[in-house]
Amino acid sequence: MKVGIPKERFPGERRVAATPDSVQRLLKQGFAEVLIERGAGREAAYADSAYAEAGARLVDDAATVWAEADLILKVRPLEEHEVPLVREGQHLISFIWPAQNEALVKALAARGATVLAMDCVPRISRAQKMDALSSMANVAGYRAIIEAANEFGSFFAGQITAAGRVPPAKVLIIGAGVAGLAAIAAAKGLGAVVRAFDTREAVRDQVKSLGGEFLEVDFEESGEGAGGYAKVMSQAFIDAEMELFYEQAKEVDIVVTTALIPGRPAPKLWQARAVEVMKPGSVIVDLAAEQGGNCELTVPGERHVTENGVIVLGYTDLTSRLANTCSQLYATNLTHLLSDMGGGAEYHVDHDDEAVRGALVLDGGEMMWPPPAVEPSPPPKPKTEAPPAKVAEPTPPAKVEEKKKGGLPVVVGVALLAVWLGLRFGYTGEVSASNTFLQHLTVFVLACFVGWQVVWAVTAALHTPLMAVTNAISGIIIVGGILQTSDHLTAPTSLLGAAAVLLATINIAGGFLVTQRMLKMFRK
Amino acid sequence: METMLLGLAFLVSSVLFILSLRGLSSQETSRRGNVYGIVGMAIAVGALATSTEVEGYAILLPALALGGVIGYLMAARVAMTSMPEMVALLHSFVGAAAVLVGYASYLDPKLNQGSAVFLVEVFVDVFIGAITFTGSVVAFLKLKGSVSGKPLLLPARHLFNLGLVTASVVLGVLYVQAGGTDGLVQLGIMTVLAGVLGWHLVMAIGGADMPVVVSMLNSYSGWTASAAGFMLQNDLLIITGALVGSSGAILSYIMCKAMNRSIWSVIFGGFGGDSGGKKPAGPAPEGEIAEIDVDHTVTALKDAKGVVIVPGYGMAVARAQHAVRELTSLLRDRGAKVRFAIHPVAGRLPGHMNVLLAEADVPYDIVLEMDEINEDFPETDVVLVIGANDIVNPGALTDASSPIYGMPVLEVWKAEQVVIFKRSRGTGYAGVDNPLFYAENAALLLGDAKDSMDKLVSALKG
Repeated sequence: MKVGIPKERFPGERRVAATPDSVQRLLKQGFAEVLIERGAGREAAYADSAYAEAGARLVDDAATVWAEADLILKVRPLEEHEVPLVREGQHLISFIWPAQNEALVKALAARGATVLAMDCVPRISRAQKMDALSSMANVAGYRAIIEAANEFGSFFAGQITAAGRVPPAKVLIIGAGVAGLAAIAAAKGLGAVVRAFDTREAVRDQVKSLGGEFLEVDFEESGEGAGGYAKVMSQAFIDAEMELFYEQAKEVDIVVTTALIPGRPAPKLWQARAVEVMKPGSVIVDLAAEQGGNCELTVPGERHVTENGVIVLGYTDLTSRLANTCSQLYATNLTHLLSDMGGGAEYHVDHDDEAVRGALVLDGGEMMWPPPAVEPSPPPKPKTEAPPAKVAEPTPPAKVEEKKKGGLPVVVGVALLAVWLGLRFGYTGEVSASNTFLQHLTVFVLACFVGWQVVWAVTAALHTPLMAVTNAISGIIIVGGILQTSDHLTAPTSLLGAAAVLLATINIAGGFLVTQRMLKMFRK
Repeated sequence: METMLLGLAFLVSSVLFILSLRGLSSQETSRRGNVYGIVGMAIAVGALATSTEVEGYAILLPALALGGVIGYLMAARVAMTSMPEMVALLHSFVGAAAVLVGYASYLDPKLNQGSAVFLVEVFVDVFIGAITFTGSVVAFLKLKGSVSGKPLLLPARHLFNLGLVTASVVLGVLYVQAGGTDGLVQLGIMTVLAGVLGWHLVMAIGGADMPVVVSMLNSYSGWTASAAGFMLQNDLLIITGALVGSSGAILSYIMCKAMNRSIWSVIFGGFGGDSGGKKPAGPAPEGEIAEIDVDHTVTALKDAKGVVIVPGYGMAVARAQHAVRELTSLLRDRGAKVRFAIHPVAGRLPGHMNVLLAEADVPYDIVLEMDEINEDFPETDVVLVIGANDIVNPGALTDASSPIYGMPVLEVWKAEQVVIFKRSRGTGYAGVDNPLFYAENAALLLGDAKDSMDKLVSALKG
């Protein structure tokens, strides 16, 4: 069985489906011959001579590869002009994206090809070594940070220099999947302050283990979907999430969005209004650009600068920018898959092999995609009640306001009663007396309001000390007693006054001391 | 010049008192707040005592010294569990002092020049003072246990109250008409009537509603000081009284809200009677009351990662707070997350539980309020309810026929396991059966809370 590796035709694609290393391994697996198109690895820094040394046969044009090889290994889905090269019964392994590329799959079916899609390898433990999506996502996440660092006009790590302090960059990663985690690690490695958001609670520990801060929406709904991917969330949750992002946008310098839901256009998570409040010079790297982008302002494939100076990178070729390593990882994934399929000697498409069956799109031109659900993923727990979204910080001030309103009638009642009293006696003709009364009334009502405001601020834990201290200061009634004591020791007023002083002093001394005693006990 | 200095001193005192209350807004600033209060008081008393208006040092100084010593001894000796009694007693002193000052001013020819405004002010001051005095004394006796905590429910008690108030008003009119110092008899009769009113208002209130009563009396003691300020034309008294009055009013309001009672029913007294446990409360809950012993509780605690302790008045009665703290430290050393859930009306004073736990050295950052912790119960492994009953009664949320229906409660039944420390199988103060005891995940640990706690501690140590 002959394996053929043509050069990638997609504009800007630099990766290649085999490296000299993988060529050697393929030959070891028992494939009769490996044909490689001349220059296929040049962009990824693999020289033709290296392939030749590894034992591959260099072929001058793609047509020859397609004509001679029984199995074609590729990175990108076929370009339109490549389709006619496919022979009946030929096997093809590459990224296909069958959901998005229906026409291509149909054309290949018409040509009777057997096609395995690397993007459809199921996410099961055994198939991890063939999981090219994870390999590529890992690279993309890393590169996203490198691109951001390249555009960002400051350090990632904060520095204190003789010329002043440079704060560290704040990086927000949305979606803590493979790409997101790689981005967290890269950003952290550069010294940035990293925050991450994900709808799946399960990734919290992973984020933390990489030194990132896990942001939360205060809303109960699990984003755990089938096969470890995120699922579509409810509208209320999304609203809460948007609010969180909007708040974060004001703070962060760099945003990397990696949110993809399989088989759907990328969710629009970073709204235009969030971009608007970002600082000029901030960078957004949208890893979902190829699927339309997570950011509303993303131009797929382009570097776009918004009116307020935010740089939105919608590059779709991040993996190509690390073509050497990407090619190596991808080629390794391929050799793992092929070894799973029996190698060159016993190569066969085993429908009972979960990994192969998952990746199988066409078998001899027959439509095999999507694969039957082998392992029914646990249904998400039904959430019957949807609590109202609360994203904002808990709002104690608002609560206090509410309480104040509720109790205000009491104070207003007291005040009105006092005013009524004032008016009632204001008309008795005693002008001077009623004038002073009104003066005192003013003081009284104002003091009530001051007290009302001040006491609401007292924490509930200190209510007992509050009572004791108010007890003590209400001993101010002593003033009345002092004024009544006089030299006439036996005069009734003097005796009454002295008794009042005695009682009030007990209050003052006892109240303050016991308060002091209590407050000393409160410790953290 | 002299008056101006005195006025300035009083102004400074007023500001310091406001700062004092402000300081209590957090534990960190609270001690400074108390110092402001002390300084304010010292300035006010010092300035006044050294002014030329005051001459009677021969009687003043002994009174000050004696009062100071008594106050000091009371404050130094009081046990934290007895704080409610102490506070109630101090309220009664303010009331009594106000009554005395009222009489003295009435008899003082310098102040009493027959003006109607002044006479009314004296009348109001004495009226509120007397209510505060007798009400606080009854509250003190009830809290101390000398008088039964059960509400005294006289027939037609609202009419009785109304009658007392009306009679006082009528006496007031006669007294003002008498003018000068000739209204002394009317004033005296009114004082007695107001005293009876205060006594009756508080007698009609059940033990569990004491936090509201004490805060209400706190408020009254403030208003009475304010009334004295009007009478003596002294702004410092007016301001301070208003501060204390609003403080007490807010506390009462918070307590009412936490017990789902209307504030007016407290002001007019006799509340807790309409629903006070005389009526049988709905159908008795079905099922068995499970019991648990110390060993099983220890096993549950050993496995628990999240523990919430709900203290109630029973913890104060049993003086179990130190044993509770010891248990807390042991559990925390084992890696469990231990927190305290405080219901606003737990205990007999607002914030009573916080003080007890603080006394036992429980760090205040693990002592949480109801709203802060209620959501966490579903994730809690073990809840220890220590001497609390009504504040953990699920019937308050579900059973419309329950007397405490509508009162917010700590939702402990949502936890994995609830252990209730209880002396007997009886009902709480509200006399309501508690469906929590019948819940499958709840069990009673019968016995004195302190004994049980000590046993748990030694078992966990061993």
